[in-house]
Amino acid sequence: MLPDGAASQSTAEQPRPLGIEPAIHLRSTSLLHRVLGEQALWVTVAVLLIVAYMSFREPYFASPENFYNISRNFAFIGITALGMTVVIISGGIDLSIGSAVGLTAVAAGVVLQAGLPWYVAILAALGSGVLVGGINGVLIAYVRLPPFVVTLGMMSAARSAAVILSGQRVVSNFGPDGPIFKAIGAGAFLGVSNPVWFLIVLTILLALVLRFTTWGRYVRAIGGNEQAARMTGIPVDRIKVQVYVVAALSAALVAILTIGWTGSAVNSLGTGYELRAIASTVIGGANLLGGEGGAFGALIGSVLLEIIRNGLLMAGVDSNWQGLLVGVFIVLSVSLDRIRGGKRG
Amino acid sequence: MALLELKGVAKHFGAIEALAGVDLAFQPGEIVGLMGDNGAGKSTLVKIIAGNFPPSAGELFMDGKPVVFGKPIEARQQGIEVVYQDLALCNNLSASANVFLAREDKVRLWPFWLMRDRKMYARAAELFKELKSETRPADLVRQMSGGQRQAVAIARTRLSRAKLLVLDEPTAAISVRQVAEVLDLIRRLRDQDIGVVLISHRMPDVFSVADRVVVLRRGRKVADKPVKATSAEEVTGLITGAIHVA
Repeated sequence: MLPDGAASQSTAEQPRPLGIEPAIHLRSTSLLHRVLGEQALWVTVAVLLIVAYMSFREPYFASPENFYNISRNFAFIGITALGMTVVIISGGIDLSIGSAVGLTAVAAGVVLQAGLPWYVAILAALGSGVLVGGINGVLIAYVRLPPFVVTLGMMSAARSAAVILSGQRVVSNFGPDGPIFKAIGAGAFLGVSNPVWFLIVLTILLALVLRFTTWGRYVRAIGGNEQAARMTGIPVDRIKVQVYVVAALSAALVAILTIGWTGSAVNSLGTGYELRAIASTVIGGANLLGGEGGAFGALIGSVLLEIIRNGLLMAGVDSNWQGLLVGVFIVLSVSLDRIRGGKRG
Repeated sequence: MALLELKGVAKHFGAIEALAGVDLAFQPGEIVGLMGDNGAGKSTLVKIIAGNFPPSAGELFMDGKPVVFGKPIEARQQGIEVVYQDLALCNNLSASANVFLAREDKVRLWPFWLMRDRKMYARAAELFKELKSETRPADLVRQMSGGQRQAVAIARTRLSRAKLLVLDEPTAAISVRQVAEVLDLIRRLRDQDIGVVLISHRMPDVFSVADRVVVLRRGRKVADKPVKATSAEEVTGLITGAIHVA
């Protein structure tokens, strides 16, 4: 006797005899609702309202040039936010993601400057990313140190390595393959900049992986109840290492795109990205305690932050107010969760 | 032949004697109430059965053949499952996801494994139906009652076709109505010829479902008799030590 999905809420005492089929179907939520998640849905509404208001107030805001600009700006944060989302769902945190952007950028830059081919530079960025994420992951999963402590240390260490590797200079003479990097990072396709395409494709990919693969489910299970995940036989430690490697790889991708776009690798690149990536994921509905979060949430969170920053700039507000707003948004989105009944966590 | 038989099982932790030579047998389709005060040796006994650690002395036999469990997974492979009091469920996942956790029905799509959710939902629904539980496969565990959570934890063990199921305080901390639900679940397991070990402090629960009651005191078995041949008063006396041996 399986109660019907919708009806049994009110008729729990007398479950209606039905087959298996009705129970298989998910609760009565709209497709959009399910894809976005509750909080991401509201953030999307907020983004649309702000866009509508700003377009009305400042005609230039709605111009193709400004949208191109805004979208490219949030793409960089958005991509790191995707990596951060995986870490946060697993119940961890990665404070080193910004420093990883700096280190991987310098690694790729130095390789290009030495006149080596573009693909070697990309491998250098991804390889140094794997190293940073791997060290984080091993210390967290196998040495069992708290993620906060490990990645805080890495935040300092990776930045320092970036400064040393760059020789305290801006790496900008990119040699023969510089133009290829420029084409990757500064190019556009169908009027949308390449970083935005990367963000879109990766968001969809991550959403699918989280929803349909065992890996996605295990990451969620670890964030929900690590001990339970371990007891069922999920390879918790291995997946944790992978999670931090994914985060660092997202940083490496941002580094590759950024140095292509700007034509130089600065060792301070990515400073403060960790906070903006965390803010994006949390605004998009991720739970800092683990177990909850989604790819679309990370994307829409990064969009909201950038739209507000851009809007403030246009309204003539000092851009330094953005940090204050980011802080307010983090606290607000977490406390909204509590107010709604604290059903998470 | 007994499903699982313990012969002279003892366990020492340094100078502390947690279990002092216990003989015990579990039959298929029988519910055994395992009772005893805190520190009587119940959890040590369960941990030996579950393969958390080997006994210091004594032997275990499954279907008459001697077995040695070095790790919990080895006990599970032999068909012994333990459902712990804290249930070890992921609240943020659906009932079906919990039932199939780490045993998903999946197909390879390198480098990932794709889950066949519909198949798993259908199978989970069947399992809940077998257990006559109202649990729905797609519901999140965090939205469930204590009784439904027990059903999820027990459905997990059904998936692996466990032969002997150890339930650790399944009725602690749930409402009266849910207690009845859980006791029904336990009877259903017996009807399917599964051996059930019910660890409980709640005398009425043990007396309403168990066929046999085993009492441990200070690491020794002080009673092992059919429920019909004893009374709550006698068992209470045995647990507290007011009565020495029955």
